[in-house]
Amino acid sequence: MLRFTIRRILQMIPTILAVALLVFVIFSIIPGSFASSLMSDGRGGADADMIARINAELGLDQPVHVRLFTYISGLLQFDLGTSFRFREPVTEVIGARIWASLKLSIAAMVFAIVIGVPLGFIAALLPGSILGTITMMFAVSGLSMPQFWLGLLLMYLFALQLGWLPSFGYGGGDLRYLILPVITLGVTPLALLARTTRAGVLEIMNEDFIRTAHSKGMTNARVIRWHLLRNVMVLVVTTIGLQFGSMMGQAVVIEKLFAWPGIGLLLVDSVAIRDIPVVQGTILVIVVWFLVINTFVDIIYAAIDPRIKQT
Amino acid sequence: MTPLLELKGLHVGIPSRRGNMDIVRDVSFSILPGEAFGLVGESGSGKSLTALSLIRLLKKPLSVTGGEILFKDDDLRALSDRAMRGLRGDRIAMIFQEPMTALNPLKTVGRQIAEMFVLHQGKSWAEASELAISALAEVQVPAPEERVRAYPFQMSGSMRQRVMIAIALACDPDLLIADEPTTALDVTVQDEVLKLIAELCRARGTAVLLISHDLGVIANMCQRVGVMYSGRLVEERDTYDVFADPQHPYTRGLLGALPRLGSRHGAAGRQRLVDIDSLITDRDSLLQEFCFEPRHAIRDPRVRAGGAA
Amino acid sequence: MRGFNFNLWMDGFLCLVVCSGALFAPLLTSLDPVFDANLMNAELPPSAEFWFGTDEQGRDIFTRALYGAQISLTVGIVSQVINSVIGLALGISAAYWSGWWDDLVNGLTNVMLAIPSLIFALAIMAILGPGLPSLLIALGLTNWSWTCRIARSSTLSLKGQGYVQVAQTLGYSDIRIMVTQLLPNMVGPILVISTLGIGAAVLAEAALSFLGLGIRPPFPSWGSMLTNARELIAIAPWATVFPGLAIFITVLGFNLLGDGLRDYLDPHMRTREQ
Repeated sequence: MLRFTIRRILQMIPTILAVALLVFVIFSIIPGSFASSLMSDGRGGADADMIARINAELGLDQPVHVRLFTYISGLLQFDLGTSFRFREPVTEVIGARIWASLKLSIAAMVFAIVIGVPLGFIAALLPGSILGTITMMFAVSGLSMPQFWLGLLLMYLFALQLGWLPSFGYGGGDLRYLILPVITLGVTPLALLARTTRAGVLEIMNEDFIRTAHSKGMTNARVIRWHLLRNVMVLVVTTIGLQFGSMMGQAVVIEKLFAWPGIGLLLVDSVAIRDIPVVQGTILVIVVWFLVINTFVDIIYAAIDPRIKQT
Repeated sequence: MTPLLELKGLHVGIPSRRGNMDIVRDVSFSILPGEAFGLVGESGSGKSLTALSLIRLLKKPLSVTGGEILFKDDDLRALSDRAMRGLRGDRIAMIFQEPMTALNPLKTVGRQIAEMFVLHQGKSWAEASELAISALAEVQVPAPEERVRAYPFQMSGSMRQRVMIAIALACDPDLLIADEPTTALDVTVQDEVLKLIAELCRARGTAVLLISHDLGVIANMCQRVGVMYSGRLVEERDTYDVFADPQHPYTRGLLGALPRLGSRHGAAGRQRLVDIDSLITDRDSLLQEFCFEPRHAIRDPRVRAGGAA
Repeated sequence: MRGFNFNLWMDGFLCLVVCSGALFAPLLTSLDPVFDANLMNAELPPSAEFWFGTDEQGRDIFTRALYGAQISLTVGIVSQVINSVIGLALGISAAYWSGWWDDLVNGLTNVMLAIPSLIFALAIMAILGPGLPSLLIALGLTNWSWTCRIARSSTLSLKGQGYVQVAQTLGYSDIRIMVTQLLPNMVGPILVISTLGIGAAVLAEAALSFLGLGIRPPFPSWGSMLTNARELIAIAPWATVFPGLAIFITVLGFNLLGDGLRDYLDPHMRTREQ
């Protein structure tokens, strides 16, 4: 088990490097530049001299391979460069905001799991019930709905009309500010988890070993506890891992919507203003976070399903 | 001796208001305590359904639509679900055809055996694990203390089937139902597994209902045989009698289709293996068991001319 | 049986509604979505004249929603076609040719799967700048990974089939084999993924436009309509409801279609295998 864990962790590294490279390549060919975006802000033409000076200051006039070298050597020392906008190290800029994003993502995932998985079970085991049918209809809708639209509607209802919850912002850690963004972000993973759990339960119920369990004389509840649960968890864990990725993408939009000061908001703003180091750094951080989660999920999967360790 | 299990007119099928669609029709036989009874027939003849109906493991919409199932003088059909569960595993146990899929791939075999002791004998998991080791030893699995921690995918087919046997016999049931226990195994190990079942059951006095499509398997182990065709029990006698003097044309067909050493160069010269469609028998016995008619009618003009009973 | 038939009909219907809305927009509304703006009519609630109400510039939301359908459907379908072509080309060729090309494609797929798709699209839009063509390219480059994986594993299992070997001995070129022999056998699952992918693309376009990185105002994209609506949410909630509803119904239609197709093809495929 330990060897498997170490192996999976080491496998992350080439992917991270590849992504870092890809990100760098993409952004080194960007036509517009930070300087020109600053200059053309409302004013007329761009002053070529000014642009050249700013570029020199930011080190953008160096040839590509020099920049690449600086970038890679920086990476190896965990230095992501300096933000054009803030004139601070990118790591600090990101570090100030990362906790907010983590809080949001983890809370949303927990929300999705805690509600979605049981709903999936109920929908599968009690097919005719009201709860079961509602769950399935809700699941399909949840996957089709633009999350920020839901956010807007919830904001309108709970913040503006009913006044129960604040409509945006971080609130310095006040939990009430967390509620709307978490629900908005968590709805789609919830829907998908409910669906996957339900499909998984139905599929496993038909397996032979469930019949064997019944032939041993177990009650239904026991069959579920002793044999169904673990096998369904395997499927659920995989889905959770996959969902984290798309959730991070969506988190960017949700953060913008609710003015949640996380790295998603940072990314959007930095893209608009062409603050390349921050954009590169943020994307890298998000990808690393995603890979870490996936590796973690893989390890849990291997702990549950012993067949995986063979590969 | 009172029979351990007695089926009277069992019907299994899909119940409906407009008249049940029965797949198993009017099956009656009995098994004495400690006896090995074979149920033979081709795929689709209803043997497995008969077995599943005994312990109420039929999948909806199938259910028992008629008849009695008497186990030690209790009508199993009248039992509550709870009482039925008490019997399953404890007094009546079953092993299935596919040992790979019949075991939970995510649990160790030791755990799956130990479940029986925890469920029916109230043992703790620690005690049950010990008992599981001895259960594995009894089914001749080498190095049982290590094997208890193995997962099903780490074992061969015959090992897994031995685990299934260990599970089934853990609580010393009165009746063991074995549904095609060796069909999915390599030919080379089929014999070993069957011998194992026979020995263990003989030693414990467990009755066996052995289901198979393979006459050889049945002949080796069972004192009495029932032949099923198309949902009906068409013949039921001592094994020796069935082989020596088969009554029903289908049974004759089954036996005739068995290749026997030297049979192609018998006294009558070279012979082809008999296949069922080419049998010609007298009309009356055919019409009696009309369910067999369509296959014969194609070949035998006398039956076609006579019309159905 | 009744279940999935209903699904297919229902969403076929939904898709039809949205598509016809997009196609016949000029007929259904006399107003121009961009230029017919009368500030006197700003922020009116739904009424007989303005079915969905008006936005902050006095434009009829119903009209804009209809024209928005054109944009969203275009983006959805075109980008998904691009995705499918890339995914199929890479997947089939990787499995067929094996060797270093396979390793390269695999590595690339792994990298793509490690980056959340919306973020990748965001990055590309950052380079290309906002606008419809960039959106098509960006979205067309983000979602091909799953198609690639499936095409690759299908090809791996189909490679050894008899008819492929026959085609090889007949001297067919590799490309010809890939397109005429292997491709038709994957149509089922690829079609399902593509249909679901259209829905995903529509959602992605809406998100990007909402962030200001996709279709820019004043062009009527449902996403950018929601950006404006956000400002007015307290006084004109209908501006939020209708564009979002449009997105929802469209994506729902494609999702149900994809699900229905999957259910339809699944037992079909299973019986064929048997």
